[in-house]
Amino acid sequence: MAPFVDFEFMRRALVGMFALAIGAPPIGVFLMLRRMSLIGDAMAHAILPGAALGFLLAGLSLFAMAGGGLIVGFLIAIAAGLISRSTPLKEDASLAAFFLISLALGVTIVSLKGNNIDLMHFLFGSVLSIDNAALLLILGITSVSLFVLALIWRPLVLECVDPGFLRSVSRAGGPAHVAFLGLVVLNLVGGFQSLGTLLAVGIMMLPAITSRFWSRDVTGMMAVAVVSAVVASYAGLLLSYHANLPSGPAIILVAGLIYVLSIAVGPFGGLIWLVLPRRHLEA
Amino acid sequence: MPELRFRNLTLGYERHPAVHHLDGTVRNGALIAVVGPNGAGKSTLFKGIVGTLKPLAGSIEREGVAARDIAYLPQVPDIDRSFPINVYDMVAMGLWGARGLFGGIGGKDRYAIEAAIAAVGLTGFEGRTIGTLSGGQMQRMLFARLLVQDARVIVLDEPFTAIDARTSADLLELVRRWHAERRTVLAALHDIDLVRAVFPETLLLAREPVAWGSTREVLTPEALNKARRMCEAFDESAEACVVAAE
Repeated sequence: MAPFVDFEFMRRALVGMFALAIGAPPIGVFLMLRRMSLIGDAMAHAILPGAALGFLLAGLSLFAMAGGGLIVGFLIAIAAGLISRSTPLKEDASLAAFFLISLALGVTIVSLKGNNIDLMHFLFGSVLSIDNAALLLILGITSVSLFVLALIWRPLVLECVDPGFLRSVSRAGGPAHVAFLGLVVLNLVGGFQSLGTLLAVGIMMLPAITSRFWSRDVTGMMAVAVVSAVVASYAGLLLSYHANLPSGPAIILVAGLIYVLSIAVGPFGGLIWLVLPRRHLEA
Repeated sequence: MPELRFRNLTLGYERHPAVHHLDGTVRNGALIAVVGPNGAGKSTLFKGIVGTLKPLAGSIEREGVAARDIAYLPQVPDIDRSFPINVYDMVAMGLWGARGLFGGIGGKDRYAIEAAIAAVGLTGFEGRTIGTLSGGQMQRMLFARLLVQDARVIVLDEPFTAIDARTSADLLELVRRWHAERRTVLAALHDIDLVRAVFPETLLLAREPVAWGSTREVLTPEALNKARRMCEAFDESAEACVVAAE
């Protein structure tokens, strides 16, 4: 508890991470359910050149980098979708191509003006350097994200379970999908400052993947995902403070540890139930 | 007053017709079986009716029937069984037409959902995730959703294939009930005896319409033989069709 009580930068980092931990994991749950887990990863890399361009033009200005990341992220999401609709490539292949190009492009752009430390911040974040402006941005993103998610909830669920039925009763499927991709980009930009492009998707996906072992309905999964993200943020920050480790990776490592524990003892599908079988029921 | 009118309708894929020059009307309250060999165009016709497939030529006129008024059960529903959702919520989806994106579900709606689940014999299954259902239970659940949709026109594509006899009998009762409620029902079926026993009207389709009328007059041995002789494969060397359009 001590570092959070004593240091304002730690408190800000904690609040920022808590906001991320509330906004991003629900999106991650849907990404996982729609078999788009790796697409989240690809989109995270796609944001890099946009943020790098912002950095090139305006230095370490949060709004330049976030704005650049948002614009390029949306453009790449749309371009990948268009390419998959009009060429033989499916979305996973076209996004894979984009993200590899984006990563190389982004690193190149950063190295034009910045040095290795800047590059490390881009790739792995610097949650301890969140200022009030960044905090407001993250809180704003979380609020918008939760609101829009509530709005598109029904078409999102239906599109995962029974897309044919959705098409037969509504035309909301397409717009809901686009809005969802927008939310992914938004949350990745939110996480980019704290965790960097390579790890921003970690707070979105790891808690969501973990939740599969603890719940059998979507709302339950989201609740578990948010809780494990919050725990990972708190424990990760504490760990990085006391053990003098970089904070972004520490948070993701704790999230990873929770995931491994869940594979072992999670009520739904945990490996322990294979080893300790229980007697079957009467009926 | 007709519900649906087909005018010189041709539906197909990549310019090859799967339904070729179909004319006719589906009357309000009709109970029609669509019969034909595999590849005869039954599913294609239903996709055209529901609006998923645009005609290659001709038209389908829906007299005062909006997309919302048609409930469709496809042959192989593209349902993700690993998705964490239970039977109650799946059946509740049938309310989309009435409640839309944000409409809340009130007491009357809950009653309708529970009544539908009971009507298909799935009481007690409300909390089960769909991945744990058997084929027959899945079909019952989808019928319950159709009940909740409360649509004027119901289109069923091979609803009883690979379903056990008791489930078929129970679901057939629902079809009879819909007919009694003056809903328009179209069903693609392979079981000729079932069609003779239950359906007063039949469309015998083998890409071209072979016969359409009362079941007794349509399902004659000659007509069935003619349908059986239809060639299933698309003709890759076919020329453009010269039958005059109206």
